[in-house]
Amino acid sequence: MFALIDGNNFYCSCERIFQPRLQKVPLVVLSNNDGCAIARSEEAKALGIKMGQPWFQIKHLEQSAGLVSLSPNFPLYGDMSLRMMRLASELGDKQEIYSIDECFIGLQGISNVTHRASEIRAKILQWTGIPTCIGIGHTKTLAKLANHIAKDADRKPGSYPTRLAQVCNLAELNERQRQFLFEMTDVGEVWGIGRRISQQLKEAGIKTVKDFVELDPGTVRKRFSVVLERTWRELRGQSCIELEEVPTPKKEIAYTRTFGQPVHNLASLIEAVTEFTSRAAEKLRKQQSKTSTILVFIHTSKHRSRPQYARSITVPLVRPVSDTKNLINAALHGLKKIYKPGFDLTKAGIVLMDLTNAQTRQAELDFGETVLDSDERLMHAIDEINDRFGRGTIIYGSAGVGSEKKVWTMNQQRRTPSYTTTLGEIPTALT
Amino acid sequence: MNLPMLVLKYSQPVPVQVGEPVYIPLYSGVRAGFPSPADDFLLKRIDLSNELIKHPEATFLMRIKGHSMTMAGIDDGDIVVVDKAVKPEHGKIVIACVDGEFTCKRLYLLDGETRLQPANPDYKDIIFKDGQILEVWGVVTSCIKQF
Repeated sequence: MFALIDGNNFYCSCERIFQPRLQKVPLVVLSNNDGCAIARSEEAKALGIKMGQPWFQIKHLEQSAGLVSLSPNFPLYGDMSLRMMRLASELGDKQEIYSIDECFIGLQGISNVTHRASEIRAKILQWTGIPTCIGIGHTKTLAKLANHIAKDADRKPGSYPTRLAQVCNLAELNERQRQFLFEMTDVGEVWGIGRRISQQLKEAGIKTVKDFVELDPGTVRKRFSVVLERTWRELRGQSCIELEEVPTPKKEIAYTRTFGQPVHNLASLIEAVTEFTSRAAEKLRKQQSKTSTILVFIHTSKHRSRPQYARSITVPLVRPVSDTKNLINAALHGLKKIYKPGFDLTKAGIVLMDLTNAQTRQAELDFGETVLDSDERLMHAIDEINDRFGRGTIIYGSAGVGSEKKVWTMNQQRRTPSYTTTLGEIPTALT
Repeated sequence: MNLPMLVLKYSQPVPVQVGEPVYIPLYSGVRAGFPSPADDFLLKRIDLSNELIKHPEATFLMRIKGHSMTMAGIDDGDIVVVDKAVKPEHGKIVIACVDGEFTCKRLYLLDGETRLQPANPDYKDIIFKDGQILEVWGVVTSCIKQF
Protein backbone atom coordinates (compact mmCIF):
# COMPACT_ATOMS: atom_id res chain seq x y z
CA MET A 1 0.00 0.00 0.00
CA PHE A 2 1.07 3.53 -0.78
CA ALA A 3 0.05 7.03 0.21
CA LEU A 4 0.60 10.22 -1.73
CA ILE A 5 0.73 13.37 0.40
CA ASP A 6 0.82 16.74 -1.28
CA GLY A 7 0.57 20.35 -0.20
CA ASN A 8 -2.45 22.25 -1.52
CA ASN A 9 -1.41 25.16 -3.77
CA PHE A 10 1.93 24.75 -2.04
CA TYR A 11 3.70 28.02 -2.89
CA CYS A 12 0.59 30.06 -2.09
CA SER A 13 0.11 28.18 1.18
CA CYS A 14 3.73 28.90 2.20
CA GLU A 15 3.24 32.61 1.56
CA ARG A 16 0.01 32.71 3.54
CA ILE A 17 1.57 31.22 6.65
CA PHE A 18 3.65 34.36 7.13
CA GLN A 19 1.20 36.88 5.75
CA PRO A 20 -2.14 36.33 7.43
CA ARG A 21 -3.59 39.19 5.37
CA LEU A 22 -3.30 37.00 2.27
CA GLN A 23 -5.86 34.48 3.58
CA LYS A 24 -8.99 34.43 1.39
CA VAL A 25 -7.36 36.78 -1.12
CA PRO A 26 -6.85 35.70 -4.75
CA LEU A 27 -3.12 35.05 -4.85
CA VAL A 28 -0.68 33.96 -7.55
CA VAL A 29 3.03 33.24 -7.42
CA LEU A 30 4.76 34.18 -10.67
CA SER A 31 7.68 32.49 -12.37
CA ASN A 32 11.15 34.02 -12.25
CA ASN A 33 11.18 37.44 -13.91
CA ASP A 34 7.50 37.68 -13.06
CA GLY A 35 6.53 36.03 -16.33
CA CYS A 36 3.55 33.78 -15.67
CA ALA A 37 1.50 32.21 -12.88
CA ILE A 38 3.12 29.09 -11.43
CA ALA A 39 0.90 28.74 -8.35
CA ARG A 40 -2.66 29.90 -7.72
CA SER A 41 -4.81 30.05 -4.63
CA GLU A 42 -8.36 28.66 -4.89
CA GLU A 43 -9.65 32.23 -5.10
CA ALA A 44 -7.31 32.91 -8.03
CA LYS A 45 -8.48 29.73 -9.77
CA ALA A 46 -12.07 30.91 -9.27
CA LEU A 47 -11.17 34.09 -11.19
CA GLY A 48 -10.37 31.85 -14.15
CA ILE A 49 -6.58 32.24 -13.93
CA LYS A 50 -4.92 29.29 -15.64
CA MET A 51 -1.69 27.56 -14.70
CA GLY A 52 1.14 29.17 -16.64
CA GLN A 53 -0.95 32.12 -17.76
CA PRO A 54 1.26 35.15 -18.59
CA TRP A 55 1.20 37.97 -16.07
CA PHE A 56 0.28 40.65 -18.61
CA GLN A 57 -2.98 38.78 -19.32
CA ILE A 58 -4.10 38.77 -15.68
CA LYS A 59 -2.53 42.00 -14.46
CA HIS A 60 -5.84 43.88 -14.76
CA LEU A 61 -7.28 41.65 -12.01
CA GLU A 62 -5.07 43.45 -9.50
CA GLN A 63 -7.34 46.48 -9.81
CA SER A 64 -10.66 44.80 -10.54
CA ALA A 65 -10.55 41.75 -8.25
CA GLY A 66 -7.85 42.47 -5.66
CA LEU A 67 -5.47 39.87 -7.11
CA VAL A 68 -2.13 39.75 -5.29
CA SER A 69 0.92 38.52 -7.15
CA LEU A 70 4.26 37.54 -5.65
CA SER A 71 7.68 36.67 -7.04
CA PRO A 72 8.72 33.17 -6.03
CA ASN A 73 10.47 32.77 -2.67
CA PHE A 74 12.33 29.48 -3.08
CA PRO A 75 14.32 29.67 0.18
CA LEU A 76 10.97 29.74 2.00
CA TYR A 77 9.32 27.00 -0.08
CA GLY A 78 12.37 24.78 0.31
CA ASP A 79 12.40 25.08 4.09
CA MET A 80 8.64 24.59 4.44
CA SER A 81 8.92 21.56 2.17
CA LEU A 82 11.57 19.99 4.44
CA ARG A 83 9.33 20.50 7.47
CA MET A 84 6.32 19.01 5.70
CA MET A 85 8.29 16.04 4.36
CA ARG A 86 9.73 15.22 7.80
CA LEU A 87 6.24 15.07 9.32
CA ALA A 88 4.78 13.20 6.33
CA SER A 89 7.41 10.48 6.73
CA GLU A 90 5.82 9.55 10.07
CA LEU A 91 2.89 7.99 8.21
CA GLY A 92 4.75 4.90 7.03
CA ASP A 93 8.01 3.06 6.84
CA LYS A 94 9.39 4.46 3.58
CA GLN A 95 9.31 7.78 1.80
CA GLU A 96 9.98 8.91 -1.74
CA ILE A 97 10.14 12.67 -2.10
CA TYR A 98 8.63 13.11 -5.53
CA SER A 99 8.73 16.90 -5.82
CA ILE A 100 8.95 19.97 -3.61
CA ASP A 101 5.33 19.53 -2.51
CA GLU A 102 4.55 15.82 -2.79
CA CYS A 103 5.85 12.51 -1.52
CA PHE A 104 4.93 8.86 -1.67
CA ILE A 105 4.88 6.89 1.56
CA GLY A 106 5.23 3.11 1.74
CA LEU A 107 2.63 1.69 4.11
CA GLN A 108 3.88 -1.85 4.61
CA GLY A 109 2.50 -3.29 7.82
CA ILE A 110 0.69 -0.11 8.85
CA SER A 111 -2.77 -0.69 10.28
CA ASN A 112 -5.63 1.73 10.63
CA VAL A 113 -4.22 3.67 7.69
CA THR A 114 -7.07 6.10 6.99
CA HIS A 115 -7.23 7.22 10.59
CA ARG A 116 -3.46 7.62 10.82
CA ALA A 117 -3.47 9.60 7.58
CA SER A 118 -6.09 12.03 8.97
CA GLU A 119 -3.96 12.49 12.06
CA ILE A 120 -0.80 13.16 10.06
CA ARG A 121 -2.71 15.60 7.88
CA ALA A 122 -3.93 17.47 10.99
CA LYS A 123 -0.41 17.45 12.44
CA ILE A 124 1.18 18.89 9.29
CA LEU A 125 -1.49 21.61 9.23
CA GLN A 126 -1.06 22.45 12.93
CA TRP A 127 2.72 22.31 13.04
CA THR A 128 3.57 23.99 9.74
CA GLY A 129 0.37 25.69 8.58
CA ILE A 130 0.37 23.80 5.27
CA PRO A 131 -2.94 22.20 4.23
CA THR A 132 -2.44 18.85 2.48
CA CYS A 133 -4.44 16.08 0.84
CA ILE A 134 -3.64 12.39 1.16
CA GLY A 135 -4.52 9.64 -1.29
CA ILE A 136 -4.09 5.97 -0.45
CA GLY A 137 -4.15 2.92 -2.71
CA HIS A 138 -2.59 -0.44 -3.43
CA THR A 139 -0.26 1.06 -6.05
CA LYS A 140 1.45 4.39 -6.60
CA THR A 141 -0.86 5.14 -9.52
CA LEU A 142 -3.93 4.43 -7.36
CA ALA A 143 -2.52 6.55 -4.51
CA LYS A 144 -2.05 9.41 -6.96
CA LEU A 145 -5.61 8.98 -8.25
CA ALA A 146 -6.95 8.85 -4.68
CA ASN A 147 -5.07 12.08 -3.99
CA HIS A 148 -6.78 13.72 -6.96
CA ILE A 149 -10.16 12.61 -5.59
CA ALA A 150 -9.30 13.84 -2.07
CA LYS A 151 -8.32 17.23 -3.48
CA ASP A 152 -11.31 17.70 -5.78
CA ALA A 153 -13.77 16.50 -3.14
CA ASP A 154 -12.26 19.13 -0.84
CA ARG A 155 -12.33 22.13 -3.13
CA LYS A 156 -15.08 21.39 -5.64
CA PRO A 157 -18.17 20.39 -3.68
CA GLY A 158 -20.28 18.00 -5.73
CA SER A 159 -17.37 16.60 -7.74
CA TYR A 160 -16.92 13.54 -5.52
CA PRO A 161 -18.55 12.34 -2.27
CA THR A 162 -17.62 14.77 0.54
CA ARG A 163 -16.45 12.05 2.89
CA LEU A 164 -13.50 11.46 0.55
CA ALA A 165 -12.32 15.07 0.95
CA GLN A 166 -8.74 15.60 2.24
CA VAL A 167 -8.06 11.92 2.86
CA CYS A 168 -9.21 9.29 0.35
CA ASN A 169 -8.37 5.62 0.79
CA LEU A 170 -9.29 3.66 -2.34
CA ALA A 171 -8.13 0.43 -0.71
CA GLU A 172 -10.89 0.44 1.87
CA LEU A 173 -13.69 0.95 -0.65
CA ASN A 174 -15.54 -1.97 -2.21
CA GLU A 175 -15.38 -2.80 -5.91
CA ARG A 176 -18.69 -1.10 -6.69
CA GLN A 177 -17.65 2.15 -4.98
CA ARG A 178 -14.31 2.11 -6.77
CA GLN A 179 -15.98 1.56 -10.14
CA PHE A 180 -18.30 4.47 -9.36
CA LEU A 181 -15.30 6.77 -8.73
CA PHE A 182 -13.49 5.48 -11.82
CA GLU A 183 -16.55 6.28 -13.89
CA MET A 184 -16.59 9.85 -12.57
CA THR A 185 -12.94 10.45 -13.33
CA ASP A 186 -11.52 11.66 -16.63
CA VAL A 187 -8.86 9.30 -17.98
CA GLY A 188 -6.51 12.28 -18.38
CA GLU A 189 -6.27 12.59 -14.58
CA VAL A 190 -4.36 9.32 -14.29
CA TRP A 191 -0.67 9.57 -13.38
CA GLY A 192 1.31 8.55 -16.46
CA ILE A 193 -1.39 9.48 -18.97
CA GLY A 194 -0.28 12.73 -20.51
CA ARG A 195 -2.18 15.09 -22.75
CA ARG A 196 -1.25 13.36 -25.98
CA ILE A 197 -2.17 9.83 -24.89
CA SER A 198 -5.29 11.09 -23.21
CA GLN A 199 -6.28 12.67 -26.53
CA GLN A 200 -5.66 9.40 -28.39
CA LEU A 201 -7.65 7.43 -25.82
CA LYS A 202 -10.56 9.82 -26.08
CA GLU A 203 -10.58 9.57 -29.85
CA ALA A 204 -10.89 5.82 -29.37
CA GLY A 205 -13.92 6.39 -27.11
CA ILE A 206 -12.06 5.83 -23.83
CA LYS A 207 -13.10 8.79 -21.74
CA THR A 208 -13.12 7.72 -18.10
CA VAL A 209 -10.80 5.68 -15.89
CA LYS A 210 -13.49 2.98 -15.91
CA ASP A 211 -13.40 2.78 -19.73
CA PHE A 212 -9.63 2.45 -19.53
CA VAL A 213 -9.40 -0.30 -16.90
CA GLU A 214 -11.99 -2.33 -18.82
CA LEU A 215 -9.70 -2.53 -21.85
CA ASP A 216 -7.80 -5.71 -22.52
CA PRO A 217 -4.12 -5.42 -21.45
CA GLY A 218 -2.92 -6.85 -24.76
CA THR A 219 -4.79 -4.13 -26.62
CA VAL A 220 -3.26 -1.46 -24.42
CA ARG A 221 0.21 -2.79 -25.09
CA LYS A 222 -0.28 -3.26 -28.83
CA ARG A 223 -2.13 -0.03 -29.58
CA PHE A 224 -0.18 2.11 -27.17
CA SER A 225 2.86 0.96 -25.21
CA VAL A 226 4.18 -1.27 -22.46
CA VAL A 227 4.42 1.85 -20.33
CA LEU A 228 0.69 2.42 -20.63
CA GLU A 229 0.05 -1.26 -19.94
CA ARG A 230 1.97 -0.78 -16.70
CA THR A 231 -0.35 2.10 -15.81
CA TRP A 232 -3.31 -0.16 -16.62
CA ARG A 233 -1.96 -2.86 -14.30
CA GLU A 234 -1.33 -0.36 -11.54
CA LEU A 235 -4.94 0.86 -11.80
CA ARG A 236 -6.08 -2.77 -11.45
CA GLY A 237 -4.18 -2.93 -8.16
CA GLN A 238 -1.05 -4.71 -9.35
CA SER A 239 1.95 -2.76 -8.07
CA CYS A 240 4.55 -2.26 -10.84
CA ILE A 241 6.24 0.97 -9.79
CA GLU A 242 8.49 0.76 -6.76
CA LEU A 243 9.25 3.48 -4.26
CA GLU A 244 12.52 5.27 -4.97
CA GLU A 245 13.87 6.28 -1.62
CA VAL A 246 17.19 7.52 -2.94
CA PRO A 247 16.75 9.92 -5.83
CA THR A 248 18.47 8.66 -8.95
CA PRO A 249 21.33 10.99 -9.90
CA LYS A 250 20.40 13.33 -12.72
CA LYS A 251 21.66 12.49 -16.19
CA GLU A 252 21.98 16.16 -17.05
CA ILE A 253 22.21 19.33 -15.03
CA ALA A 254 20.95 22.51 -16.63
CA TYR A 255 21.08 26.05 -15.41
CA THR A 256 19.28 28.52 -17.63
CA ARG A 257 17.79 31.91 -16.92
CA THR A 258 15.91 34.66 -18.66
CA PHE A 259 17.63 37.97 -17.97
CA GLY A 260 15.94 40.78 -16.08
CA GLN A 261 16.87 43.08 -18.99
CA PRO A 262 18.24 42.30 -22.44
CA VAL A 263 22.01 41.93 -22.50
CA HIS A 264 24.20 43.18 -25.35
CA ASN A 265 27.80 42.95 -24.26
CA LEU A 266 30.08 40.01 -23.83
CA ALA A 267 31.23 41.12 -20.37
CA SER A 268 27.75 40.68 -18.89
CA LEU A 269 27.32 37.34 -20.61
CA ILE A 270 30.62 36.16 -19.17
CA GLU A 271 29.38 37.06 -15.70
CA ALA A 272 26.09 35.28 -16.22
CA VAL A 273 27.60 32.13 -17.72
CA THR A 274 30.22 32.01 -14.96
CA GLU A 275 27.51 32.21 -12.33
CA PHE A 276 25.33 29.57 -14.03
CA THR A 277 28.29 27.22 -14.44
CA SER A 278 29.34 27.65 -10.81
CA ARG A 279 25.85 26.77 -9.60
CA ALA A 280 25.53 23.78 -11.91
CA ALA A 281 29.00 22.56 -10.87
CA GLU A 282 27.95 22.75 -7.23
CA LYS A 283 24.94 20.53 -7.99
CA LEU A 284 27.16 18.21 -9.99
CA ARG A 285 29.52 17.69 -7.05
CA LYS A 286 26.61 17.29 -4.64
CA GLN A 287 25.35 14.26 -6.55
CA GLN A 288 28.96 13.04 -6.89
CA SER A 289 29.09 13.13 -10.64
CA LYS A 290 31.48 14.41 -13.26
CA THR A 291 30.70 15.76 -16.69
CA SER A 292 32.57 15.39 -19.93
CA THR A 293 30.50 17.70 -22.13
CA ILE A 294 29.15 21.17 -21.51
CA LEU A 295 26.59 22.91 -23.70
CA VAL A 296 26.28 26.70 -23.78
CA PHE A 297 23.49 28.63 -25.45
CA ILE A 298 22.33 32.22 -25.86
CA HIS A 299 19.31 33.62 -27.63
CA THR A 300 17.11 36.63 -28.22
CA SER A 301 13.41 36.77 -27.38
CA LYS A 302 10.92 35.46 -29.91
CA HIS A 303 8.39 37.91 -28.52
CA ARG A 304 10.36 40.99 -29.48
CA SER A 305 10.39 42.45 -32.98
CA ARG A 306 14.17 42.82 -32.99
CA PRO A 307 16.81 40.96 -35.01
CA GLN A 308 16.80 37.36 -33.87
CA TYR A 309 19.83 35.34 -32.86
CA ALA A 310 20.10 31.91 -31.28
CA ARG A 311 23.22 29.78 -31.01
CA SER A 312 24.38 26.87 -28.95
CA ILE A 313 27.63 24.98 -28.79
CA THR A 314 28.76 21.80 -27.07
CA VAL A 315 32.25 21.79 -25.66
CA PRO A 316 33.76 18.35 -25.09
CA LEU A 317 36.23 18.00 -22.24
CA VAL A 318 39.39 15.94 -22.24
CA ARG A 319 38.30 13.94 -19.23
CA PRO A 320 35.27 13.97 -16.91
CA VAL A 321 35.61 16.83 -14.42
CA SER A 322 33.60 18.42 -11.66
CA ASP A 323 35.71 21.39 -10.69
CA THR A 324 34.28 24.82 -11.32
CA LYS A 325 37.47 26.31 -12.78
CA ASN A 326 37.72 23.82 -15.64
CA LEU A 327 34.02 24.01 -16.35
CA ILE A 328 34.00 27.82 -16.43
CA ASN A 329 36.97 27.79 -18.81
CA ALA A 330 35.16 25.41 -21.13
CA ALA A 331 31.86 27.29 -20.90
CA LEU A 332 33.47 30.68 -21.58
CA HIS A 333 35.46 29.21 -24.45
CA GLY A 334 32.16 28.07 -25.97
CA LEU A 335 30.42 31.35 -25.21
CA LYS A 336 33.09 33.38 -26.99
CA LYS A 337 32.69 31.19 -30.07
CA ILE A 338 28.94 31.77 -30.32
CA TYR A 339 28.71 35.39 -29.15
CA LYS A 340 27.99 38.03 -31.77
CA PRO A 341 27.47 41.69 -30.89
CA GLY A 342 24.41 43.68 -31.88
CA PHE A 343 21.58 41.59 -30.48
CA ASP A 344 19.21 41.99 -27.53
CA LEU A 345 19.98 38.68 -25.84
CA THR A 346 17.33 37.67 -23.32
CA LYS A 347 18.32 34.20 -22.25
CA ALA A 348 21.40 32.10 -21.70
CA GLY A 349 22.08 28.76 -20.16
CA ILE A 350 24.48 25.91 -19.76
CA VAL A 351 23.84 22.19 -19.63
CA LEU A 352 26.25 19.69 -18.13
CA MET A 353 25.83 16.48 -20.09
CA ASP A 354 27.23 13.01 -20.24
CA LEU A 355 27.42 12.68 -16.45
CA THR A 356 29.32 9.84 -14.84
CA ASN A 357 29.91 8.72 -11.29
CA ALA A 358 32.76 10.76 -9.83
CA GLN A 359 34.25 7.65 -8.27
CA THR A 360 34.58 5.81 -11.55
CA ARG A 361 38.04 6.53 -12.87
CA GLN A 362 38.73 6.15 -16.53
CA ALA A 363 42.27 5.04 -17.13
CA GLU A 364 44.02 7.27 -19.62
CA LEU A 365 47.27 7.53 -21.48
CA ASP A 366 49.84 9.65 -19.76
CA PHE A 367 50.55 12.72 -21.88
CA GLY A 368 52.63 14.27 -19.20
CA GLU A 369 49.91 16.56 -17.80
CA THR A 370 49.29 16.27 -14.15
CA VAL A 371 45.77 15.98 -12.81
CA LEU A 372 45.73 17.81 -9.56
CA ASP A 373 44.00 16.23 -6.63
CA SER A 374 44.31 19.58 -4.89
CA ASP A 375 41.56 20.88 -7.22
CA GLU A 376 39.13 18.48 -5.64
CA ARG A 377 40.11 19.57 -2.17
CA LEU A 378 39.76 23.20 -3.21
CA MET A 379 36.25 22.58 -4.57
CA HIS A 380 35.31 20.76 -1.41
CA ALA A 381 36.54 23.70 0.67
CA ILE A 382 34.66 26.25 -1.48
CA ASP A 383 31.44 24.23 -1.28
CA GLU A 384 31.73 23.97 2.48
CA ILE A 385 32.40 27.69 2.89
CA ASN A 386 29.48 28.67 0.65
CA ASP A 387 27.31 26.23 2.51
CA ARG A 388 28.22 27.62 5.90
CA PHE A 389 28.45 31.34 5.18
CA GLY A 390 25.88 31.63 2.41
CA ARG A 391 25.86 31.27 -1.33
CA GLY A 392 28.26 33.56 -3.11
CA THR A 393 30.74 33.92 -0.24
CA ILE A 394 33.44 32.66 -2.56
CA ILE A 395 32.89 33.21 -6.26
CA TYR A 396 35.01 33.12 -9.37
CA GLY A 397 36.18 36.55 -10.48
CA SER A 398 34.56 36.29 -13.90
CA ALA A 399 31.13 36.18 -12.22
CA GLY A 400 31.64 39.90 -11.67
CA VAL A 401 32.35 41.74 -8.46
CA GLY A 402 30.96 44.87 -6.90
CA SER A 403 27.68 45.43 -5.15
CA GLU A 404 25.70 47.05 -7.96
CA LYS A 405 22.90 44.91 -9.33
CA LYS A 406 23.95 43.17 -12.51
CA VAL A 407 21.80 43.74 -15.57
CA TRP A 408 21.38 40.04 -16.17
CA THR A 409 20.00 39.13 -12.76
CA MET A 410 16.33 38.30 -12.38
CA ASN A 411 13.55 40.73 -11.68
CA GLN A 412 11.99 39.69 -8.42
CA GLN A 413 10.18 42.79 -7.43
CA ARG A 414 7.51 41.20 -5.31
CA ARG A 415 9.50 38.63 -3.36
CA THR A 416 8.59 38.14 0.29
CA PRO A 417 11.40 37.89 2.90
CA SER A 418 13.25 34.65 3.63
CA TYR A 419 11.24 34.30 6.82
CA THR A 420 12.81 31.07 8.03
CA THR A 421 16.30 31.05 6.58
CA THR A 422 17.75 34.54 7.20
CA LEU A 423 17.78 35.99 10.71
CA GLY A 424 17.49 39.54 9.42
CA GLU A 425 14.27 38.66 7.58
CA ILE A 426 12.22 36.83 10.23
CA PRO A 427 8.59 37.97 10.57
CA THR A 428 7.70 40.80 12.93
CA ALA A 429 5.25 40.36 15.81
CA LEU A 430 3.73 43.55 17.17
CA THR A 431 3.11 43.88 20.87
CA MET B 1 38.05 -10.70 9.19
CA ASN B 2 36.09 -11.33 6.00
CA LEU B 3 37.27 -9.18 3.16
CA PRO B 4 35.02 -8.69 0.15
CA MET B 5 36.28 -10.62 -2.86
CA LEU B 6 36.89 -8.66 -6.00
CA VAL B 7 36.19 -10.57 -9.19
CA LEU B 8 37.68 -8.93 -12.24
CA LYS B 9 36.60 -9.35 -15.81
CA TYR B 10 39.58 -8.58 -17.94
CA SER B 11 37.76 -8.03 -21.19
CA GLN B 12 36.08 -4.79 -20.05
CA PRO B 13 37.08 -1.64 -18.24
CA VAL B 14 36.29 -2.06 -14.58
CA PRO B 15 34.69 0.82 -12.69
CA VAL B 16 36.49 1.33 -9.43
CA GLN B 17 34.34 2.43 -6.54
CA VAL B 18 36.37 4.40 -4.07
CA GLY B 19 34.38 4.43 -0.87
CA GLU B 20 34.54 6.90 1.97
CA PRO B 21 37.24 5.97 4.46
CA VAL B 22 35.92 4.94 7.83
CA TYR B 23 37.43 6.82 10.74
CA ILE B 24 37.32 5.16 14.09
CA PRO B 25 37.39 7.57 17.00
CA LEU B 26 40.17 6.91 19.44
CA TYR B 27 38.92 7.97 22.83
CA SER B 28 40.77 5.76 25.21
CA GLY B 29 42.07 2.97 23.12
CA VAL B 30 45.56 1.64 23.49
CA ARG B 31 47.61 4.74 24.02
CA ALA B 32 50.82 5.65 25.69
CA GLY B 33 50.86 7.98 28.66
CA PHE B 34 48.19 8.65 31.21
CA PRO B 35 44.56 8.23 30.18
CA SER B 36 42.56 11.42 30.54
CA PRO B 37 40.44 11.25 33.71
CA ALA B 38 37.67 13.00 31.75
CA ASP B 39 37.35 10.17 29.24
CA ASP B 40 34.65 8.36 31.14
CA PHE B 41 32.65 11.55 31.31
CA LEU B 42 32.76 12.57 27.63
CA LEU B 43 29.35 13.94 26.75
CA LYS B 44 27.99 16.22 24.08
CA ARG B 45 28.41 19.95 24.66
CA ILE B 46 25.19 21.82 25.48
CA ASP B 47 23.40 22.72 22.27
CA LEU B 48 21.20 25.80 22.66
CA SER B 49 19.05 24.90 19.65
CA ASN B 50 18.22 21.63 21.31
CA GLU B 51 17.26 23.37 24.53
CA LEU B 52 15.13 26.06 22.91
CA ILE B 53 13.52 24.02 20.14
CA LYS B 54 11.44 20.99 21.08
CA HIS B 55 9.60 20.61 17.77
CA PRO B 56 11.98 21.66 14.98
CA GLU B 57 9.40 21.29 12.19
CA ALA B 58 6.94 23.51 14.07
CA THR B 59 9.31 26.17 15.37
CA PHE B 60 9.79 29.64 13.90
CA LEU B 61 11.54 32.80 15.05
CA MET B 62 9.92 36.23 15.17
CA ARG B 63 11.22 39.72 15.89
CA ILE B 64 9.29 41.74 18.50
CA LYS B 65 8.25 45.29 17.75
CA GLY B 66 6.58 47.33 20.48
CA HIS B 67 6.42 47.69 24.25
CA SER B 68 3.18 46.05 25.39
CA MET B 69 4.87 42.91 26.72
CA THR B 70 7.76 44.47 28.66
CA MET B 71 6.48 43.26 32.06
CA ALA B 72 6.63 39.71 30.72
CA GLY B 73 10.28 40.29 29.81
CA ILE B 74 9.64 40.68 26.07
CA ASP B 75 11.11 43.93 24.80
CA ASP B 76 11.24 45.76 21.53
CA GLY B 77 13.82 44.09 19.25
CA ASP B 78 13.88 40.74 21.07
CA ILE B 79 13.59 37.48 19.15
CA VAL B 80 10.91 35.06 20.30
CA VAL B 81 10.84 31.34 19.64
CA VAL B 82 7.37 30.33 18.47
CA ASP B 83 6.21 26.72 18.57
CA LYS B 84 3.11 25.89 16.55
CA ALA B 85 2.93 22.39 18.00
CA VAL B 86 2.22 23.60 21.55
CA LYS B 87 -1.45 23.88 22.47
CA PRO B 88 -2.51 27.46 23.22
CA GLU B 89 -3.86 27.50 26.77
CA HIS B 90 -4.92 30.12 29.29
CA GLY B 91 -1.91 32.05 30.57
CA LYS B 92 0.43 31.20 27.70
CA ILE B 93 2.12 33.89 25.68
CA VAL B 94 1.01 33.49 22.09
CA ILE B 95 1.36 34.90 18.61
CA ALA B 96 -2.11 35.70 17.29
CA CYS B 97 -3.30 37.07 13.96
CA VAL B 98 -5.13 40.33 14.53
CA ASP B 99 -6.20 42.49 11.56
CA GLY B 100 -3.81 40.66 9.27
CA GLU B 101 -0.77 41.24 11.53
CA PHE B 102 1.08 39.04 14.02
CA THR B 103 0.56 40.17 17.61
CA CYS B 104 2.34 38.87 20.70
CA LYS B 105 0.15 38.83 23.84
CA ARG B 106 -0.79 36.68 26.81
CA LEU B 107 -3.80 34.45 26.15
CA TYR B 108 -6.71 34.76 28.58
CA LEU B 109 -9.27 31.95 28.34
CA LEU B 110 -11.47 31.79 31.43
CA ASP B 111 -15.21 31.56 32.09
CA GLY B 112 -16.00 31.61 28.40
CA GLU B 113 -14.10 34.85 27.97
CA THR B 114 -11.39 35.24 25.35
CA ARG B 115 -8.85 38.03 25.60
CA LEU B 116 -5.38 38.94 24.49
CA GLN B 117 -3.68 40.62 27.42
CA PRO B 118 -0.69 42.92 27.20
CA ALA B 119 1.93 42.81 29.96
CA ASN B 120 2.18 46.54 30.40
CA PRO B 121 -0.40 48.70 32.25
CA ASP B 122 -0.24 51.35 29.52
CA TYR B 123 -1.96 49.01 27.05
CA LYS B 124 -5.50 47.64 26.95
CA ASP B 125 -6.77 44.07 26.60
CA ILE B 126 -8.08 42.98 23.22
CA ILE B 127 -11.45 41.42 24.00
CA PHE B 128 -13.11 38.92 21.69
CA LYS B 129 -16.89 38.99 21.62
CA ASP B 130 -19.23 36.12 20.77
CA GLY B 131 -18.82 35.11 17.17
CA GLN B 132 -15.44 36.77 16.78
CA ILE B 133 -12.73 34.27 16.03
CA LEU B 134 -9.31 34.51 17.61
CA GLU B 135 -6.70 32.89 15.45
CA VAL B 136 -3.68 31.77 17.47
CA TRP B 137 -0.68 31.18 15.20
CA GLY B 138 1.67 29.67 17.74
CA VAL B 139 2.87 29.66 21.34
CA VAL B 140 5.92 31.64 22.47
CA THR B 141 8.24 29.27 24.32
CA SER B 142 11.24 31.51 24.91
CA CYS B 143 12.65 34.94 24.29
CA ILE B 144 16.16 35.71 23.09
CA LYS B 145 17.85 38.97 24.01
CA GLN B 146 21.20 39.92 22.62
CA PHE B 147 23.21 42.61 24.37
